[in-house]
Amino acid sequence: MGANELTQALREALGDGIADVVVFRDEVTLNVPRERVIEVLTHLRDVQQFDMLTDETCVDYYPREPRFGILYQLYSIPRNIRVRVKVMLSEYDPTLPTAVGLYRNANWLEREIYDLFGIRFEGHPDLRRILLPPDWQGHPLRKEVPVTVEENAFTFNRERVDAEKPYATE
Amino acid sequence: MGLEQKLGDMGIVTTSLEKAVNWARSNAIWPMLFGLACCAIEMMSTQASRYDLSRFGMELMRASPRQSDLMIVAGRVSRKMAPVLRNLYDQMPDPKWVIAMGDCASCGGVFNNYAIVQGVDEIVPVDVYVAGCPPRPETLIDGIMKLQEKIKHEPLKKWQ
Repeated sequence: MGANELTQALREALGDGIADVVVFRDEVTLNVPRERVIEVLTHLRDVQQFDMLTDETCVDYYPREPRFGILYQLYSIPRNIRVRVKVMLSEYDPTLPTAVGLYRNANWLEREIYDLFGIRFEGHPDLRRILLPPDWQGHPLRKEVPVTVEENAFTFNRERVDAEKPYATE
Repeated sequence: MGLEQKLGDMGIVTTSLEKAVNWARSNAIWPMLFGLACCAIEMMSTQASRYDLSRFGMELMRASPRQSDLMIVAGRVSRKMAPVLRNLYDQMPDPKWVIAMGDCASCGGVFNNYAIVQGVDEIVPVDVYVAGCPPRPETLIDGIMKLQEKIKHEPLKKWQ
């Protein structure tokens, strides 16, 4: 089944649940509004046989608004086809209904997105940090977080950088 | 050995206690079996037959911090690992030494970012830094020999 046939079938079944379809080199990306994402994922899983959530991840498009893009990479084992579902979220309201009820592995993937981007998943059973220590402040993969944490030391600033370093004495 | 002929029949050698203790300490360092990243592979190879760390009295890699007196920090230390590393260091009995093996343990290396501690000397006091990414076993052995030299000149009062 080619990308165009899949697109056609999804458009007929979901109607305005899909805002936009992008086909690039036989890869299908469905742009979905936040309110319809669970409905679209349910249809893809139950009707279109996309039974595997390969990955769920997030992109920070700062300074664009809406800022965050949540991506669901779906794979159908019986049909051997893939589809990507994309939801854009505003910086001022980064919340999304959870997909844990549909795909159980979304549990840890959504915890990772929450940990590194600060997206809140409504209805998630256990929304805690997963990679960083529990007392961490902030969400480090957001673009406002500086890339480096320490100034690079060269000959002209070596002494100052060294003086600022918190060395352990004992 | 040659020493006996020089001494004649005396059967006694005099030296300072400090020198004798430091000689014993420096030639039987037990490193901790503790690897964090790719540097640990080089550390294992240093300890294995080809490079043979047992030539320096270090063949015993102890899996418990309570039985070891050298911590080779082999690899990058993440901020989440830092308290664990400090805890292991605190559990080691005195006298104890630390080698920061590789660029990441010495200064953060290529990982100048939020997740990695910028040099393990922010957490534990480091005696010898070994450069390299990762250092070859010869480099680590050189660092260990530098540490042995350092131990031989340590005052006994340091570990009071």
